[in-house]
Amino acid sequence: MTLKEMKPGQSGRVRAIGAGGPLKRRIMDMGITPGVEVKVIKTAPLGDPIEIHVRGYELSLRREEALQIEMGD
Amino acid sequence: MSYMIALAGNPNCGKTSLFNELTGSRQRVGNWPGVTVDKKEGTYKKDKEIEILDLPGTYSLSPYSAEEIIARNYLVKEKPDAVINIVDGTSLERNLYLTLQILETGIPTVIALNMMDEVEDRGDEIHIEKLSRAFGVPVIPIVARNGRGIWELMEKAAETAREKRAPMKLPVFDKKLQETIDQVKALLEAEGEPDSGWKAVKLLEHDENVREQMKEDLKNQAGKLTAKRYGQEADLEAEIADQRYQYITKAVKDAVTKHSAGCVETKSDKLDKLFTNRILALPVFAVIMYLLFACTNSENFLFLGIPSPGIWLAGVVESLWGGLTGLAERALAGASPWIYSLVIDGIMGGLGSVLGFIPLVLVLYILISFLEDCGYMARIAFVLDRIFRRFGLSGRSFIPLLQGFGCSVPAVMATRTLESEKDRKITAILAGFMPCGAKLPIFALFASTLFADNNQTLVTYSLYVLSIVMAVLVSLLLNKFVFREGTSNFIMELPQYRIPTLKSVLIHGWEKVKGFAVKAGTVIFVSTVLIWFLSGFNLNSFNGKNAAENEDGSIMCGMNDSFMASVGNVIAPVFRPLGFGEWRPAVGVITGWIAKENVVVTFAQLYQEDVTEAYLEEYFSQYSPKELEELGFEGGVYNAEAAGDIYSENILFEGSDENALPHMRDDIQTKAAAYAYMVFNLLCMPCFAAVGAMKRELKTWKETGRAVAVQMAAAYTAALLVNMVGGLFL
Repeated sequence: MTLKEMKPGQSGRVRAIGAGGPLKRRIMDMGITPGVEVKVIKTAPLGDPIEIHVRGYELSLRREEALQIEMGD
Repeated sequence: MSYMIALAGNPNCGKTSLFNELTGSRQRVGNWPGVTVDKKEGTYKKDKEIEILDLPGTYSLSPYSAEEIIARNYLVKEKPDAVINIVDGTSLERNLYLTLQILETGIPTVIALNMMDEVEDRGDEIHIEKLSRAFGVPVIPIVARNGRGIWELMEKAAETAREKRAPMKLPVFDKKLQETIDQVKALLEAEGEPDSGWKAVKLLEHDENVREQMKEDLKNQAGKLTAKRYGQEADLEAEIADQRYQYITKAVKDAVTKHSAGCVETKSDKLDKLFTNRILALPVFAVIMYLLFACTNSENFLFLGIPSPGIWLAGVVESLWGGLTGLAERALAGASPWIYSLVIDGIMGGLGSVLGFIPLVLVLYILISFLEDCGYMARIAFVLDRIFRRFGLSGRSFIPLLQGFGCSVPAVMATRTLESEKDRKITAILAGFMPCGAKLPIFALFASTLFADNNQTLVTYSLYVLSIVMAVLVSLLLNKFVFREGTSNFIMELPQYRIPTLKSVLIHGWEKVKGFAVKAGTVIFVSTVLIWFLSGFNLNSFNGKNAAENEDGSIMCGMNDSFMASVGNVIAPVFRPLGFGEWRPAVGVITGWIAKENVVVTFAQLYQEDVTEAYLEEYFSQYSPKELEELGFEGGVYNAEAAGDIYSENILFEGSDENALPHMRDDIQTKAAAYAYMVFNLLCMPCFAAVGAMKRELKTWKETGRAVAVQMAAAYTAALLVNMVGGLFL
């Protein structure tokens, strides 16, 4: 499962980041690293991007970016 | 001995507030060389020996964005005497990630733990001592917004700088990784590379920026070293980021006692429920945009029948300037006509056009600063991103484009709020396409005369739609062919809503206006004087013929005989395919670059035979004295001297005279050509004030020239199509 498939209100642990290069680095720089707990807060009114809660703050990312974040223990 | 102290931290961590508190009014805003990122420096209020530099806000020192590269190059190459790392106490983990990277540079560092008031409000407790021990540097709790703790912070920072107290080495990485780093470091040291410790970590992180500047065989040796320990496919970049975060998570767990249950709904969360609500988000957004618009350039503020604060202030400035011009007119009464005209029409007129914008820009920027600082701007981007991504922009491009409907100058300046350089450049080009207020008189004149038997509202409305269609098309094309790289991601923090301090909003607004006034002002001023010269002089100005002919002995000439007319004649053939290849419409396009409404004023001057005294007298005879007074005739009495100006500015601007300028119809004969002329003026280079603003945002003349070229090409293509296709139907 990836972060993209999670519904608002659901939370889970990050297992791995699929992307490479700058996108992966950016995702990790923002605190989404393996093992961290994230919670999906909401979807934007038009369905994309999504808002998640991670490491005590709110982060928005597009669904295509969320697709790179694999969830599950 | 003077010291340089750099402020570093995440965006939205309160860095700017702290900088403002520390430096007061002694700030210098410039640019980092080669990029569109502000460089702010200032002198410490309480000690002139201490210089403070505000580094761009970043989340990391990775090599992927201009801001990050600036921050790290500054830290590693220029080496400030100390760094104050501002850390937002309400989201410690993410903020401390940058801290670890700053500490790796080995520069003396002090951590300023900001937003302590919010931390306390939540009922959380941060053990300063424990945090300080975990990171090996002093930690000072502060509240930058109200100045709490900042003097103590500066004392500590000065002390750290004086004593060159380098940060302790921290056990961030596990044994295997640390050993690898040490080996690479030893390798670099042996080769005499400076900053070997920092570079060793960067090399393992596969940092392109550092790798580029390193010798091939060093890179290969380091690569072999890591491959031996981690295998060929090792992804140490992820490993390092992961271990940094692990270290931070542990340190934060030890140092923070959370009394708040994690899920308490804060005020910020409640606001967010409204602003990003599935149904209400867009209507609320529309209302906020309307207010923004109403406060800056609305003649009828909130339907109260009074002008908006921006327009009102602009009026005040203009009337003050008018008074000053009046004084200059009197002082120059005896001077030769060309000096008089240079000062009054050229210089005072040019400066006046700049001054007229400043209040609008000021009001706009104060409001935009407020929206940015309070956290709403990030939500706008969040809500609109889906739409704007379709044509290659991000949600944030909306504000500049909307502003373009009022005036291109603040619109172009609002592109500064965009994060990605690509979005900034494209949006600055598109902003010029929008039908700003000054373009409306052109539409009114043509709609009333050449489209008299058509639905004139529809004609004008179609131009609005066209401007949006063109913006979408050009954005798609630019994305496809020009800015192919730099696809922007949308991984963006949604900061807590905070009410910014009045002071910080005002400082923000003022800084931007000052920059505009100086930089854009120069461009506008020079080009206005140049056009003044071209429109008032010809060769006979310099051989005495004009002086002999003119009653007042002036060496100047009418626009009909000026250099401008010659220029118009030369470039007119270029416009022939568009349907208006005559010199007078061409001159109209050129004078429109001073201000778009000038197109109409110029027409009134160029088609003199249509605006004779007899015509004006007859035209105005249909009005009652009361109406005449409303139009601007003093005491409601017709006055031949004022009639020309009043006719062009009130009648032509509004399109109230259907029979206006019959000779114009010889130059622009068909409806297709007339529509093409409107389209060309709508889309081509905006006024010099806007180009000045573009220069300010795009930084180089080359970039500005490219942007203008795109606008010109778009205008020409669109007008050509209109004339060719329209010619078949109209």
